[in-house]
Amino acid sequence: MTRDIAAQVRGYLMVFGALLVLTMVTVGVSYLDLSEAETVVVALTIATVKASLVALFFMHLKGERPMVKWPLALTAFLFVGLLVSVLYSEADHLFGARFQDSFQSIGD
Amino acid sequence: MEIPYTTAARPDTGLTNPKLGIWLFLASEVMLFGSLFSSYALLRAGAPTWPDQSSIVNVPLATFNTVVLIASSVTMVMAWASVAPHAATAWHGNDAITTAALRRFRLYMGLTLLCGAVFLVVKGIEYGDKFSHHRYPWTSNFLGLYFTMTGLHAIHVIAGMIVNAFFIGPGTRMWRSDPQRFANRIEVTGIYWHFVDVVWIFLFPVLYLL
Repeated sequence: MTRDIAAQVRGYLMVFGALLVLTMVTVGVSYLDLSEAETVVVALTIATVKASLVALFFMHLKGERPMVKWPLALTAFLFVGLLVSVLYSEADHLFGARFQDSFQSIGD
Repeated sequence: MEIPYTTAARPDTGLTNPKLGIWLFLASEVMLFGSLFSSYALLRAGAPTWPDQSSIVNVPLATFNTVVLIASSVTMVMAWASVAPHAATAWHGNDAITTAALRRFRLYMGLTLLCGAVFLVVKGIEYGDKFSHHRYPWTSNFLGLYFTMTGLHAIHVIAGMIVNAFFIGPGTRMWRSDPQRFANRIEVTGIYWHFVDVVWIFLFPVLYLL
């Protein structure tokens, strides 16, 4: 029993270390001269990895019951759906002329 | 009236009721913050120009706060790990271990509270700095989003601190009367606290680094 706890605590400290390193990486990357799209992708990827570490280990999502996982999966789907629908409505701004042109060519 | 399934798992869900309850609540919280994140995406994507965020906000202070909040998650999970393994055997004549577990729990929970307080003080310094430069929520779309999102997050930190303070103080009585239920309460409180950490993990790059 005590050895289980010791292993568990060691695991928490390793996650702590990983989260600190990823925080430094994401701040460091923001000082690099990347394009806006690259910055967004890198920053959100690192944030997602950090959030997953917290959820899996600190929130005990690893090995949690399906009754927790399924409603969460549905929530994640709806969250992403909300973001995608919003971004789709601004696709002409985000992806520039390519999108606009394809609509204009229909008009022509 | 006794609340059902606080320590034993409900056969149909396989979970205790508090565990299912906190996750369903957090699912609704994801959509609450989701509406703000998507508002941010909509306003920024549709804006003809967007300010250089890092010239308005304070990245070093926010980095410090990120570390503080991550540390508070670690102390929170350590608080739970202090009591959980002894919950099944607590108060069966095993006095010294039960008391030592509670002392460790109080130490880690106290550190969690302290980290929460430090986070809020730093946030207050940031807000004060904005105001002194005449930067208010109505100044620009970015500042409106910044204050709304960090403000709602700060309210969540305060709410978590109130619950954490209860469990250092009067809430510890349950460790004597019903240790398993107490340990479950700490786990559920922790799951909420870690969620507040997760929200900040996304707020930090979105509002400070992008």
